Amino acid sequence: MDVIWQAVLAALSMLLTLDERLMEVILLSLEVSLTALLIASLIGLPIAACLALTRFPGRKTILVLFNAMMGLPPVVVGLVVYLLLSRSGPFGVFNLLFTPTAMIIAQVVLVTPIIVSLSRESLETMRHEYHDTLRSMGAAPAQAISILVWDGRFTLATAHLAGFGRAVAEVGAVMIVGGNIDHMTRVMTTAIALEASKGDLVVALGLGIVLVALSLAVNVLVYGLRSMGEARAAS
Amino acid sequence: MIAASPLPFHLKGAGVSRGGKQVLKDITASFEANPPKTVIIGPNGAGKSLLLQLCHGLFPADSGVIEWSSNRDFRAPSKAQAMVFQRPVLFRRSVITNVILALKIAGFSKAEWRDRAAGVLRRTGLSRYAATPARSLSFGEQQRLALARALAVEPKLLFLDEPTASLDPAAAHLVECLIEEAAAGGVKIIMTSHDLNQTRRLADETIFMHRGRIKERAPADRFFASPENDLAQAFINGELLWWRRRSIFSGVDGDGASCEGMDEEV
Repeated sequence: MDVIWQAVLAALSMLLTLDERLMEVILLSLEVSLTALLIASLIGLPIAACLALTRFPGRKTILVLFNAMMGLPPVVVGLVVYLLLSRSGPFGVFNLLFTPTAMIIAQVVLVTPIIVSLSRESLETMRHEYHDTLRSMGAAPAQAISILVWDGRFTLATAHLAGFGRAVAEVGAVMIVGGNIDHMTRVMTTAIALEASKGDLVVALGLGIVLVALSLAVNVLVYGLRSMGEARAAS
Repeated sequence: MIAASPLPFHLKGAGVSRGGKQVLKDITASFEANPPKTVIIGPNGAGKSLLLQLCHGLFPADSGVIEWSSNRDFRAPSKAQAMVFQRPVLFRRSVITNVILALKIAGFSKAEWRDRAAGVLRRTGLSRYAATPARSLSFGEQQRLALARALAVEPKLLFLDEPTASLDPAAAHLVECLIEEAAAGGVKIIMTSHDLNQTRRLADETIFMHRGRIKERAPADRFFASPENDLAQAFINGELLWWRRRSIFSGVDGDGASCEGMDEEV
């Protein structure tokens, strides 16, 4: 028990003194996951809008596919991206394996389905509610979409937070495609895995505390946004 | 921007089906700027709301045609008309932004938005709520905002679907005043109502519908003095049409009706 308490105290002091080693890992984590989120959003939102607002053959199949992809095992995604980026793979020439870029690619694959599925659901609900009114007013498709997106901004933000939560807490994919190289591709989750197996509980715990705090903050934000959205929507 | 007037418009044998059932049948009617206020009445399920939406151009007729003076083909509702739905959907924005969005969509120039929106909010008595989230208004205020939003675009033709349903008398009175004011300003009103007293107060012309058909159309005073259609007579006498119809068929006096008839399709 003593060992654990000592580790917790040491971890907290590392955090409070903004230990350089720790900060490097935390910053890279945030950089990778936030970039992945941004790219996933740029890809995912137009797809979500398209799926929510138009009807075409095969649409249902795509919906089910994206829903299923929300649960993709990160390790498998990592493996596939690894194969694609490895020297002998189709994208080997770009030399991306074991770089932060490779980690971002893997996380984009993980996060995009979440953005698509959750945003589609929210936009579709909004469309259902607004359709007759917008049509009655004679809104052009572009006007209609911008109104739907703005009025659904709270639930859309929630979808993005869920995506970020998945990216930042995931270990399998970044471990495989990043390689957990010190000062290069070491992020919070891979560092925890390594330090724990080395027996260095202090660093592992310190990072663990940051991760938990981060996911707590994300959830508080989700909750806040949701109640803000509901207050606006109250009728 | 003031778009071309859709009036007069004509329905020629228009029919609408929903879920394999014909809900509007062979409707032939013309609507002109006069008389200013037409009120459509009839029991639930008669197709009143659907007829309004069809005339508004929300969806095409499944059979027959509808021709507006502004556009002969069905594409989308003409911008010179507006509609207030039975359950108006307000945007998740402030009161004034709700009006501004309607102006923007209707193609008014940006310079006009603020003044026009403020003007219509003043007319509808909502000025002090301009910055309030629209959905936090009371039910009656929301209904007035929906009306304000529709009036802001200066329609030539305004459809109102049960504009005072579930409002208390004071709120309903305010809405009726606004309707009268709009009509006096030259807006053609076509509305539905389930409230016969309201219909007597507002209507210049009355249309009685039953089971997807127009059964009678007459100037309001004549309609209420002596409706020609037997169902219309029963309706304005406050009788329930589902057993009225049955008693006509079975020759039984109306008083003999029981609740068994409830299962009958109305």
